[in-house]
Amino acid sequence: MLQIILDILSVPAVLVGLVALVGLTVQKKKSAEVIKGTIKTIMGFLVLGGGADIAVAALGHFGTMFQQGFGVQGIVPHNEAIVALALKEYGQQTALIMTFGMVANILIARFTRLKYIFLTGHHTLYMACMIAAIFIAAGITGVPLVIFGSILLGLTMAFFPAIAQPTMRKITGTDEVAFAHFGTVGYVLSAGVGSLVGKNSKSTEEMQFPQGLSFLRDTSVSIALVMGILYLIVAFAAGPAFVEANLSDGQNFIVFALLKAITFAGGVYVILAGVRLILAEIIPAFKGIAERIVPEAKPALDCPVVFPYAPNAVLIGFLSSFLGGIIGMAILIALNAPVILPGVVPHFFCGATAGVFGNATGGKRGAFWGALVHGIVITFLPVLLMPVLGDLGFANTTFSDADFGVVGILLGNVLKLFIQ
Amino acid sequence: MKILVCCGSGLGSSFMIEMNINKVLAELGVQAEVEHSDLSSAKGMKANIYVGTRDIASQLESLEGEVVSLNSMIDLAELKEKMRAVLIKMNLL
Repeated sequence: MLQIILDILSVPAVLVGLVALVGLTVQKKKSAEVIKGTIKTIMGFLVLGGGADIAVAALGHFGTMFQQGFGVQGIVPHNEAIVALALKEYGQQTALIMTFGMVANILIARFTRLKYIFLTGHHTLYMACMIAAIFIAAGITGVPLVIFGSILLGLTMAFFPAIAQPTMRKITGTDEVAFAHFGTVGYVLSAGVGSLVGKNSKSTEEMQFPQGLSFLRDTSVSIALVMGILYLIVAFAAGPAFVEANLSDGQNFIVFALLKAITFAGGVYVILAGVRLILAEIIPAFKGIAERIVPEAKPALDCPVVFPYAPNAVLIGFLSSFLGGIIGMAILIALNAPVILPGVVPHFFCGATAGVFGNATGGKRGAFWGALVHGIVITFLPVLLMPVLGDLGFANTTFSDADFGVVGILLGNVLKLFIQ
Repeated sequence: MKILVCCGSGLGSSFMIEMNINKVLAELGVQAEVEHSDLSSAKGMKANIYVGTRDIASQLESLEGEVVSLNSMIDLAELKEKMRAVLIKMNLL
């Protein structure tokens, strides 16, 4: 009997379903809603796995072509792709760390001065997953993994909003709302660069900036477009003969490359649908419980919370961070290191946010240079992160945003020191 | 009636706005189904009202429905005022 229960609990999808079940029951929801919510949460986890298969298969072809064309490993940093892949291996541990990490966040907000509740659920999930992968790669498993992992996750959920808050006050003009997105080190850096270079620089919002590029805000479209360009480049580098003989089964290499790029975007789309289902019940429960236990805490929200304050800085930040990604990539090629390609999602969301933070301290010069530095930094961090990720470090994709890099590199190397 | 809140990837911001809309609708005494999604999915999901922050609201104009454009994601007073205005316009309030 115990074995059966353990078997059921070791299925990550069921485990997250149980978390939703408890959350819904605590909120005293009607039984129909409890059943609906629990099933949808389980389904979310399964959908996410399906999306991972699509995205990772498409990326596999990218990696093969890159290797053939350039002779080194090429990596497209993309949180959703790496997390979906990792959850197949570490789903159970991730679900537990995420659950108890949220509890830790509430306790830290209750008993310390870090009064922030981290409401960006997908980033909580991704960070839980990365922490699990790094601990496991260092040989820590079982109960210690869940305890240390949860405490660490809770700390990151309270610490990063705290370091963003001074600039957040400048952007929003209020101290009521905080910022929750694990690219914070990059944004704080951008704000720092902004205050260095931006003396007397006018705000980005005082200039006319063409908004024609705003269709790129449609994430699936921008992933497909940018990946399309990257796939074409590697397909040409690998050569039509290689692609058509080894990968495409005779299909024209350009058609093949473009279809694989759109397939990748489609895989990410499916993963996002899964993540949305997983979070649909868990986050409102977390928010409700946190509000009851720590009413004075500040809700920390996802990065687009700052976008409406400076729409021009959003676009300048994206373009300039992307440029930083290309510069960083060129440096990595020159160093003969694994090549980190400019991923569209990190540059779009994180670069845009870096632009808004840079603008807040240094106007348009701050937005440009801050986001540029951010773009270079998030290109180098994955190179140092991948070696501590264990088997995950060999994937064609990895975690993209700055805090994943910083937390992961620190954690991985500290564990190495203590365990050897 | 259905209300769809959109943001770039349909994960964080739109979800927070959705929770706020539920709160506002309860205060106004209006029943509606509120969902959130990314911009790509918005076109396939028929809704009576589309909600987004002002930096992406222009992307919602081509859909057949009322569009509520928010200057701030966090300002509950603005959200309530704009929701009230659109509901009155649709004769639902």
